[in-house]
Amino acid sequence: MKFKLGTMAVAALMAASPAMAELVFPSLSYRTGPYAASGIPFADGYADYFTMLNARDGGIGGVMTTVPECETAYNTEKGVECYESLKGGGGLVYQPLSTGITYQLIPKVTADNIPMLTTGLGRTSAKNGRVFSHVFNFPANYWDGASVAVKHMLDEEGGDLSGKKVTLVYHNSAYGKEPIRTLTELSKKHGFEFNEVPVDHPGQEQKSQWLQIRRDKPDYVIMYGWGVMNQVAIQEAVNIRFPMDKFIGIWWSGSENDVLSAGAGADGYKAVTFHNVGADYPLYDDLKKYVYDEGKAAGAGDQSGTVIYNRGIYGAMLVAEAAKKAQEIHGTANITPSQMRDGMEALEITEEKMTELGLPGFGPEFKVTCENHGGNGFAAMTQWNAETKEWTLISDFVQSDQEVIQSLIEEDSNAYAAENSIEDHCS
Amino acid sequence: MPEQLAYTIEVFLNGLMAGVLYALVALGFVLIYKASGIFNYAQGVMALFAAMTLVGIQNGQVPFAHLINAIFGTDVHKFGWSVHSFVAIALTVVVMIGLAWAVQRFVFRHLVGQEAIILFMATIGLAYLLEGVADLMWGSELKALDVCAAEGVCLPQGLNSWIDETTFETFGYGFFIDNLDIVASIVAAILVVGLVMFAQYTKQGRAMRAVADDHQAALSVGVSLNFIWILVWSLAGFVALVAGIMWGAKSGVQFSLSLIALKALPVLMLGGFTSIPGAIVGGLIIGVGEKLFEFLIGAPFLGGATENWFAYMLALLFLVFRPQGLFGERIIERV
Repeated sequence: MKFKLGTMAVAALMAASPAMAELVFPSLSYRTGPYAASGIPFADGYADYFTMLNARDGGIGGVMTTVPECETAYNTEKGVECYESLKGGGGLVYQPLSTGITYQLIPKVTADNIPMLTTGLGRTSAKNGRVFSHVFNFPANYWDGASVAVKHMLDEEGGDLSGKKVTLVYHNSAYGKEPIRTLTELSKKHGFEFNEVPVDHPGQEQKSQWLQIRRDKPDYVIMYGWGVMNQVAIQEAVNIRFPMDKFIGIWWSGSENDVLSAGAGADGYKAVTFHNVGADYPLYDDLKKYVYDEGKAAGAGDQSGTVIYNRGIYGAMLVAEAAKKAQEIHGTANITPSQMRDGMEALEITEEKMTELGLPGFGPEFKVTCENHGGNGFAAMTQWNAETKEWTLISDFVQSDQEVIQSLIEEDSNAYAAENSIEDHCS
Repeated sequence: MPEQLAYTIEVFLNGLMAGVLYALVALGFVLIYKASGIFNYAQGVMALFAAMTLVGIQNGQVPFAHLINAIFGTDVHKFGWSVHSFVAIALTVVVMIGLAWAVQRFVFRHLVGQEAIILFMATIGLAYLLEGVADLMWGSELKALDVCAAEGVCLPQGLNSWIDETTFETFGYGFFIDNLDIVASIVAAILVVGLVMFAQYTKQGRAMRAVADDHQAALSVGVSLNFIWILVWSLAGFVALVAGIMWGAKSGVQFSLSLIALKALPVLMLGGFTSIPGAIVGGLIIGVGEKLFEFLIGAPFLGGATENWFAYMLALLFLVFRPQGLFGERIIERV
């Protein structure tokens, strides 16, 4: 009833407004540079979803959307420049797609009263909305990813990891180091031996690391890699004949790009994900009808259904739903970034809503609150089939170990709050 | 054999193999610097461009397809055929010769007699231009690279079983040596012998050496500077193609392939900018040095990931005592 009244209010307001501006969803894309292979599908998916909303629904709440792109080339300085240059255009929410850019933008977006969504990346403890008022990282973060990987190992080993060896191969950067504390805590809890093997950027040469893994003979290897590091690591794992079904990548190490170059050897490789795979969803029928067939697809139009394209679609869907929520809360279709933030903080994604959107079973259910900006920490496992060249979801969306993760989040975010004299945003 | 000794020998051997791959990249730098005094910042991008061209030709991809489709509203992407690896390599060599001609004709011909720093900056511009052209021509997506002599007979990768089994029987520990590294070592050896023989025993090779020794003296005896520079850039293009194939086979062909140049810099600092054997020896020293340091000190005591900085530290150390590098020409300036 409440929702219907809100919708009616928005509709009445729209009818009363003779002309309205567009809802701006800036895209900090990276279509060039060493990481372009991952940046292109995300940017295409993000843009295609809004193109579809415009063509099918007339935008969001009757207001057309626009997606201005700014090329960051995955470079932190350029990313900040992009934010600054697009800020004047009324961008409702920014998705920086880079942990480095995220760290730079956290104080800026907070001061500018603009929300930022860092799904599956960025500062994990930003989940604590009491401290990070303008940063959201639903539905899952790096620590959830590590915990779900360990849960999968527990399933594989009959619930007991004691005496097992788990090695983390990671990109030697702030991003790659994120899961170390979580895995250290989980190793104490479950009694497995945990080792770390860093790989320096860009990661084109990893002989030392994989010789070390060959000598250590771990039972499982978890990878937090990026770009060329992923492809080389998977190839090296194939070379040393490491069993692929014991090799688990985080979602940034789990796209077609990462496994294709290793050919048949990559068969069975696994990755954690916070969204489903493939193109077998009713939403894709609408994308075909309103976007692809109309020649409106972003980029070359050849990324449809890939893992990272789906991530772009998912990222766009989340902010579009948050925008609808903001319109409903504030009774206006023409929302501001500040109102958008409120919408994000009240977002609830249910399976019913996902089905309504044409994406049944595509992502986990979650509810955002003032205190919890990161959702409920659900993620699933995917596995690569080298013969069909497809990823398959091989588990349900399962919740990470909240007992371990929540305490780490509290500890890290409270330290940040003390360091920066931040008051409780929710009190 | 004690386990630790076996591991050390394995790391040493793999360091040698990695060094060969570094040397392959460094060779291209040396060729151009030796003949023209230009430090070619674009060498890494040339490897990327060559590898992308090779895969594009192999897969029958229409060059500049995105641009053509955007301008003419067409939807062309592939010719509908695939090209045999050897033919594709030959065609890529032709493209690299064309690139050498264009670079000489449109850039360096206009910069004859300029300061070395100007020429260096021109190569920076060239690197970004070439990266953009490669993107427009073949697209940014990652491409798998398979160079095959026949159906199923492709560049081998992975553990060499014979070495693994033999060393296991002999030492009680099976050494890991990558088949691709063995192939790369053989190819590098053939390449170096070929380049040395070309320089020593052919007319063009002797002319190349004459230009390297003294441009003006070479000009005065009728050597065409233009031709020699096109020749040298073509050779560097060929070396870039070989490096692109070897590195691209490992990681797929993608834009980060251009970053392999970073691996060549310490090799050049150590081996000297003007010596082909220097590039090889420098590569081997860097490869072995960084791998042994990582194994013996880096991983156990420093948390690992020491290879990148250690390679440069090692090169710096050599620079302090021998500024021209191990095999570089001694710098003598008379006052």
